[in-house]
Amino acid sequence: MQLTVLLLVLAALTAAGYLLGRSTAVCRARGRLAALHSVPAYHGLYVALWAGLPAFLLFLVWMAAQGWIVMQLTLAALPDRLTGVDAQALSLLKADILNLAAGINTGRRPDPALLEAAARHNRLMDLGQWMLLALGAATATAGLLAARSRITTALRARNKVERVANVFLVVCSLVAILTTVGIVLSLLFEAMRFFAAYPPLDFLFGLHWSPQTAIRADQVGSSGSFGAIPLFAGTLLITAIAMLVAAPIGLLSAIYLSEYASRRVRATLKPVLEILAGIPTVVYGFFAALTMAPFVREVGTALGLSVSSESALAAGVVMGVMIIPFVSSLSDDVINAVPQSLRDGSYGLGATKSETIKQVVIPAALPGVVAAVMLAVSRAIGETMIVTMAAGLSANLTANPLQSVTTVTTQIATLLVGDQEFDSPKTLSAFGLGLVLFIVTLALNVAALRVVQKYREKYD
Amino acid sequence: MTDIAERHAAITTTAPNARWHGAAFEARLRRRYAAERRFRLAGLAAVALAALVLVLLLGSIAGKGWTAFQQTQILLEIDFDAAEIDPQGTRDPAVLAKANTMKLIRDTLAAQFPEATTRAERRQLSDLLSSGAPFELNRMLVADPSLVGSKQAVWLTASANVDQFIKGHIPRDVPAAERKVNDLQIRAIDALTAKGALTKAFNTTLFTAGDSRYPEQAGIGGAIVGSLLTLVVCLGLSVPIGVAAAVYLEEFAPKNRWTDVIEVNINNLAAVPSIIFGLLGLAVFLNVFGMPRSAPLVGGFVLALMTLPVIIIASRVAMKAVPPSIREAALGIGASRLQVVLHHVLPLAMPGILTGIIIGTARALGETAPLLMIGMIAFIVDIPQGFTDSATVLPVQIFMWADSPERAFVERTSAAILVLLGFLILMNGLAVFLRKKFERRW
Repeated sequence: MQLTVLLLVLAALTAAGYLLGRSTAVCRARGRLAALHSVPAYHGLYVALWAGLPAFLLFLVWMAAQGWIVMQLTLAALPDRLTGVDAQALSLLKADILNLAAGINTGRRPDPALLEAAARHNRLMDLGQWMLLALGAATATAGLLAARSRITTALRARNKVERVANVFLVVCSLVAILTTVGIVLSLLFEAMRFFAAYPPLDFLFGLHWSPQTAIRADQVGSSGSFGAIPLFAGTLLITAIAMLVAAPIGLLSAIYLSEYASRRVRATLKPVLEILAGIPTVVYGFFAALTMAPFVREVGTALGLSVSSESALAAGVVMGVMIIPFVSSLSDDVINAVPQSLRDGSYGLGATKSETIKQVVIPAALPGVVAAVMLAVSRAIGETMIVTMAAGLSANLTANPLQSVTTVTTQIATLLVGDQEFDSPKTLSAFGLGLVLFIVTLALNVAALRVVQKYREKYD
Repeated sequence: MTDIAERHAAITTTAPNARWHGAAFEARLRRRYAAERRFRLAGLAAVALAALVLVLLLGSIAGKGWTAFQQTQILLEIDFDAAEIDPQGTRDPAVLAKANTMKLIRDTLAAQFPEATTRAERRQLSDLLSSGAPFELNRMLVADPSLVGSKQAVWLTASANVDQFIKGHIPRDVPAAERKVNDLQIRAIDALTAKGALTKAFNTTLFTAGDSRYPEQAGIGGAIVGSLLTLVVCLGLSVPIGVAAAVYLEEFAPKNRWTDVIEVNINNLAAVPSIIFGLLGLAVFLNVFGMPRSAPLVGGFVLALMTLPVIIIASRVAMKAVPPSIREAALGIGASRLQVVLHHVLPLAMPGILTGIIIGTARALGETAPLLMIGMIAFIVDIPQGFTDSATVLPVQIFMWADSPERAFVERTSAAILVLLGFLILMNGLAVFLRKKFERRW
């Protein structure tokens, strides 16, 4: 409640600051607007920024810190018999207090001390929010008044506003870096915890994957085994099938569309590929599981083969279809980048169109095509939904496309869906797999992007 | 070298015309032209194959899904017996909401089909209706208490099995043990159909309801609201941040190592598998910052990080296309660099930026994997009311329903896919329209 009020108050003060700053500037100019260093609107923005920005930053910091501080204060008031326990029990205690504070009864009759703590927690939270409201409104008003009093004809309002805007731009462009850092750190940190419980060499080169871990200490026969080779093999198998479908079809369609098709044919056929590219992966997964897999199974059975109902073939073929537009649009760019003079030279020697394409255009475009295929492989490795829905869960180490295999992404998805305790090797292993996946795809992408860039420079 | 020399010798020693005339030459030419036609045909076949798969995919989904837009309903003459529903005569909504309307339905069915005598048979008859049908009556009573004591003909939702039977997905001519509708129920259905008391109507539940274990009560309303909330958060973050980052990198950033790093980083981020973003969201937003699981807020954060590179790249391309002469003209009459960008470059680049935003949004709308990681895969019956409520999104709803073996859920999954594809086509159409309308060549 107080938060909504505060945000409304801040918005109102900022708007008021803009209007006030503008009119004050006009006032101070005494009718000669040209005497002002900046246009009045900039004075308005200057006051608005002083009114809104510090208070909003205060709001963010307060929101981030409040929960922690209130919890510490609540715990400090609890008797020692409750708080003098190990970290895990303490986090349970905190969760209990939070639940009680939110009015969720956990079923048992709660400890009166806990009830009191919950009430105290709520009181402190309430107090904190009122304080924030008062402080925020005060900061905003003070900022507004201070900035307004500083308005003179000589105030370089535009420069000051633009400096703030510049800082905002820089911060925004750092978000991308922060994302990468966040990905690397979170994967590394959680994977380290996993490798502390399970040796990394056994993970990378072990042949047996069965992530079921014991829930009780005395349970028999489910200590969990995290040898990831079957997953890597399964991923490779499905990726290979996908590329067998996508690479020739994608490359041939790119050649046809860029070299043979007339303008009109191109305009009608290109959207087909674009639609294929726009279909969500979950739809491909549904198609693979409910249409393709039974079809493959029926054909296989008719031929007298034993086909698993979650065969790698079905998932791979559908994934290949998903990747066709990716390969074709990248190769299209590359083929178009080959200079016309090379083609003209070849025609001049009497070569037919297909001879020119096969012996001049493709060799000239080869690095780019290879890069396109590498990017496509990286996408196939990272694709999740199709394999989660259509490939199996059993980690078979096989090269038979008619059997069921499982992939890295499938395992990540299944390990982390649902409520799990976060410190078991079972859940943490997903981060180990994620780290491998990230490194492999990153290497493929970096290599491919570098090839593309080099290649572009060559013909520019 | 020797190879060329030999060939040269061969050409000069034979008579000049012999190489370009005669049967051998014609055969060679025919072979080359045939190879040319084969290659061209292979290219056409590749495109045709892609188109065929697209048609198959859309056809199979539309074929499975279109029936879900209709739902079977049954007309029953319900006697809202006052003594039964509201014995005290208070017309209190709390009493009406809890009234035993199941008994009203059972009584009506028993009166209509006197041949059902045993308890089991009566039960089979009431199974013709959805288990949600009594609640429909309760809601009617609460909305209009004057119904108590009257006799009304009411359309009630039929059960999923009846619905599938009417749509022909449960065959009639197989042994009774193999179908989910028994002989008594078929007789009742036929009798109702003959009276015109059983028809198919447009399935509004599909669009208004949340998830349910019963197919006939399940809908994508909750998922659509969840998707909207998630997209609002996603766009609210990714559009300002993305455009600002693009402005900085394209117009302000000095060309040095630092900006090179940012640039390479953005290109790589665009190619990181989406599930990795889910792992990031799980480890950072949920575990470090303690944000709520399954909330559209967190989903929006994760999708915003994914959409960001797309928007940045598209905005930069659009701004690069604005000719430098415009910037120079503005600078020449005394505009500051920020004014040049805000007053001239951004408005001129807007169509390109908007196209990028729409394409990024379309991708975010269809994204599933990262949202599974942050727990947006939950069985959610209520329609989410805010950004921190538990919610699910349309693609995840499709994923969850795709696991259900019932034919009625297959039908609804396909229908949900059709709705999702409809949204996507709308958005991409908008992007194409914008590009066509505002595209400007300098």
